[in-house]
Amino acid sequence: MLKDVTLGQYYPAESVIHRLDPRVKLAGTLLYLISLFVFQGPLALVMATVFLILLITLSKVPFSYMVKGLRTIIIILIITAAMNLFFTTGTVIVQFGIFKLTYEGIQMAILMMIRLVYLILGTSLMTLTTTPNQLTDGLEKGLRGLGKLGVPVHEIAMMMSIALRFIPILTEETDKIMKAQKARGADFETGGLIKRAKAMIPLLVPLFVSAFRRANDLAMAMEARCYHGGEGRTKMKPLRYTATDRNAYLLLFAYFAAMILLTLFWTKVLGGGKLFF
Amino acid sequence: MSLIVKARNIVYEYIRRDDDGNVEGIETALDQVDLDVKEGDFVAILGANGSGKSTLAKHINALLKPENGTLLVDGKDTLDDNETLAIRQTAGMVFQNPDNQIIASVVEEDVGFGPENIGIPTDEIWTRVEKSLRSVGMYHYRHHSPNRLSGGQKQRVAIAGVMAMKPKCIILDEPTAMLDPVGRQEVLSAVRELNEKNGITVILITHYMEETVHANRIFVMESGKVIMQGTPREIFSRVEELKEHHLTVPQVTELAWELKKAGLSLPDGILTKEELITALCQLSSTN
Repeated sequence: MLKDVTLGQYYPAESVIHRLDPRVKLAGTLLYLISLFVFQGPLALVMATVFLILLITLSKVPFSYMVKGLRTIIIILIITAAMNLFFTTGTVIVQFGIFKLTYEGIQMAILMMIRLVYLILGTSLMTLTTTPNQLTDGLEKGLRGLGKLGVPVHEIAMMMSIALRFIPILTEETDKIMKAQKARGADFETGGLIKRAKAMIPLLVPLFVSAFRRANDLAMAMEARCYHGGEGRTKMKPLRYTATDRNAYLLLFAYFAAMILLTLFWTKVLGGGKLFF
Repeated sequence: MSLIVKARNIVYEYIRRDDDGNVEGIETALDQVDLDVKEGDFVAILGANGSGKSTLAKHINALLKPENGTLLVDGKDTLDDNETLAIRQTAGMVFQNPDNQIIASVVEEDVGFGPENIGIPTDEIWTRVEKSLRSVGMYHYRHHSPNRLSGGQKQRVAIAGVMAMKPKCIILDEPTAMLDPVGRQEVLSAVRELNEKNGITVILITHYMEETVHANRIFVMESGKVIMQGTPREIFSRVEELKEHHLTVPQVTELAWELKKAGLSLPDGILTKEELITALCQLSSTN
């Protein structure tokens, strides 16, 4: 059960995307998400599709592996589609009681589904090609400007990387406690949802106690190794932009510019509306 | 040779409070402790649980500060806050639980954590990391995740992490308590090698008697006091005294002591199997 946790999952491969600076990937993901929701028209949608397929091909992550990630959001997809189908006002096609199936609703539902799928694919492309440590490093350096506004960027990044390091340790510990409790007759598997949730309490209490003890030990070990916050700290693996990274930024801006142009072309020249048919 | 640790009359108390913050009781963890450690020494501090040995270790690393008395580490006073980082760099510390002291998710990054904290330039960090990983025989594992290593390997990584800060002294607080016999052996031989080849002062805190026989000097602690000190041979000659303090002696020493009690004329303080064999052979040849 616990082995299925896929947080921060990384797909090791040798590709241009894997080698990119994490800051480029973070910025790229953010820009891509914005582009998905801001721009309109079928042309922009085709552009977003082409761009995504190009990046997935470049990353050498198998397409089937990426699609697996979509399984977890099927319920969200269905709910979003249903909401859009029945609650969008417009030309009514069929009506069942308070539920109206409209022409615009169908379009909106399809559009939202596509957007959500692209959103998941786009973000998982980032997490699949970037190790958690690179990610936190990228966040720390990319958001350094916020440090001047009093945001503890270094501390947040440090917390994230420590949390990621301790996921497998705490998972193992949970398994151990579970087995120890099962050996004494605890039942985690039968009964309804509420009964099973209640059975988790004797599991969580020792887990929390041990997590606090670990945190205390770790803090002491860090202090013993001269940790005193981000000030005056150097990096073993500093982030440096390469020519590839600069080209990637150019490509990103080209994509974004193309999206703007295509949207303008659709709304101003072709006189299209928000939706595509 | 100069003293790396010089403690005079240090006192440390843990104050227990009840839920309202009233003082319930005071436990004296260190009671007027004097401790001298020479540079390059291999010192063992022995004691049962609650004898104050871990508290003493944390003092040498300036994690705790004495309430009374003075403690100089490499000539620097631990009470002086400006010296804290310099002291921690001089006297590195390895803890009991290997999982709770490894910070990064890749071995080499963890070893680099200390040097990063003290602001070493990037290139220098890499050379230090390589050197210290090689010195504990873990260079081959530099790209591994610590989660996939055995307990002994994790402790060696932790030792490399301290070594990368180029300390003069390394304090090990029961480093083998959670390890299997193979892991214990790995860690101890890595520590002995650092002491012999690199001249690092070692302060080994333990309750395993066998681990102390290679030390230059042993300090025995009980309820916050140093009750015995001397070379292993001196300490382990006093078997009866040790037993009074609920401490055992190494198996071989105990066997020799029992044989002597039974009437064989063996010397005091036999520490290793080889010594016992030689002594017994001599005995049989004289008879």
